[in-house]
Amino acid sequence: MDYFIQQLINGLTLGGLYALIALGYTMVYGVIQLINFAHGEFFAAGGYMGVILLSFFAGLGYIDTHPFLCIGASILLTMAYCAFLAMGVERVAYKPLRRASRLAALVSALGMSIFLSNGLMLTQGVFDKAYPSELIQGGFEVGTVIVSYLQLVIMGLTILLLVGLNILVFKTRVGMAMRATAQDKIMSSLVAISSNRIIAMTFAIGAGLAACAGIMVGFYYGSVRYDMGFVPGIKAFAAAVLGGIGNITGAMLGGLIIGMVEIFGAAYISGQYKDVFAFIILISVLYFKPTGIMGENVDDTRV
Amino acid sequence: MADPILELRDVYSSYGNIKALKGVSLKVFPGEIVAIIGANGAGKSTTLMAISGIVPVDKGDILYQGSSIVGKSAEKLPAMGLCQVPEGRRIFPRLSVAENLELGAFHRKERAEIEQDMERVFSLFPALAERRKQQGGTLSGGEQQMLAIARALMTRPKLLLMDEPSLGLAPLFVQKIFDIIHDVNEREGMTILLVEQNANLALQAAQRGYVLETGTVTMEDNADTLLHNPEIRKAYLGETA
Ligand SMILES: Nc1ncnc2c1ncn2[C@@H]1O[C@H](COP(=O)(O)OP(=O)(O)OP(=O)(O)O)[C@@H](O)[C@H]1O
Ligand SMILES: [Mg+2]
Repeated sequence: MDYFIQQLINGLTLGGLYALIALGYTMVYGVIQLINFAHGEFFAAGGYMGVILLSFFAGLGYIDTHPFLCIGASILLTMAYCAFLAMGVERVAYKPLRRASRLAALVSALGMSIFLSNGLMLTQGVFDKAYPSELIQGGFEVGTVIVSYLQLVIMGLTILLLVGLNILVFKTRVGMAMRATAQDKIMSSLVAISSNRIIAMTFAIGAGLAACAGIMVGFYYGSVRYDMGFVPGIKAFAAAVLGGIGNITGAMLGGLIIGMVEIFGAAYISGQYKDVFAFIILISVLYFKPTGIMGENVDDTRV
Repeated sequence: MADPILELRDVYSSYGNIKALKGVSLKVFPGEIVAIIGANGAGKSTTLMAISGIVPVDKGDILYQGSSIVGKSAEKLPAMGLCQVPEGRRIFPRLSVAENLELGAFHRKERAEIEQDMERVFSLFPALAERRKQQGGTLSGGEQQMLAIARALMTRPKLLLMDEPSLGLAPLFVQKIFDIIHDVNEREGMTILLVEQNANLALQAAQRGYVLETGTVTMEDNADTLLHNPEIRKAYLGETA
């Protein structure tokens, strides 16, 4: 039983991270029907920018005196950096293709993904870059179940971001404009909504969430690498499809499910196949219920 | 006569190779109701979409309150008092009735006035008030049409473009909608450019009318004159002779 609970906690932690990344896919898809294959790169860029900023603060000597302030500041600055990066990518790679075929934008997204990933490799090198994991050490035990403080931080931050996003999208004026743009771009411009602005904002928010996940993954696994965006990116995409692409609640649920399945699959079936489970789910969903679990009928939480 | 609030000067628009407008010229003066009638595919909706900045203008000019609005992005126009109830209503299906109305006032800042206008449209359309929380897409066709008009009123337009507001509605509803058109025009001096299939109704409501045929204006006159013109009666009012 303890073993089960332990896996549950690990699964929730990982699932939350997938959920954060999956939201970027789903929101962008919801607003412009594009699968942003470059989205995983914002996660990787976040992982790197986080450690760069942390080392910068360490160099100034602030890390020892104000560790949490430094971590908080690094997260916020990294989210902002990736938000701007994503807006730049949108401006350069997608906006000019807004009226072109969907395939053109998709190819552009693939190209952007390769470009960003290689950019990261050229500037940061091919080797793992260590994270200062010692900053969030320790944990507590309940029976034989170990919960690390880092896991608590990750889950806490994830919940905070998910709740924040839900409020933004479903309770604010901007969120309303975003949903309107997703539903009818011509009508939304007839009611004075600038779709360019909304689209840029959607990219920024998605990338900000992925960036935060990137930092947390850095802490969780102790290091980052230039190609770290690829596999989690695809798993998060699977999560978004599982949840019903375009649907915000769906992406959150899908992320949790993929995380759980991966952890439980590794624990009870085989650790070597852990990366495969997400894809088995993706293929099954596409085969049996292409609209995903929160697909068109159940829904009200599409963007 | 005063200066026109809206003037189209020889406007051309196209969709790819399809030339939809081939030199449309018209004028709308402040406080008027002007009708555009014409057969299916004549270019009526395209004319309104060109005015609203959705369909690009290839040639010619569109003046609103004396200055050109060609090339201006569509989302800037509502704040200038130019607003459209488009063909097919275009209610945001997964936004509530209240949210659809809020969006009509998206460019406006003063909360108190917006609340006041919201109450006003709810009193104009009590059916909407009961359904504030309901999703737009679940409303009946008639209710959606009311919502589309109510949303436009939330914009507080000076010039309202309406594309076939009577389409698909029961006679009682049609009457109600034309009463409202008449009312906002009379009481608030809102200028209205009205596109209608139902030429009879449109010409009765309007002071002047334009007849559009395959992308050009073929006739313009007082609404009454058009209404009694035998050719018009034959072509657009379904009379045999
Ligand atoms: N999005 C589009 N793409 C291509 N052609 C279009 C498009 N919209 C309209 N057209 C064409 O432009 C011409 C004018 O269309 P428009 O919708 O303005 O006509 P209309 O007078 O409003 O007709 P109706 O009374 O049927 O609404 C038609 O020939 C139509 O086929
Ligand atoms: Mg039309």
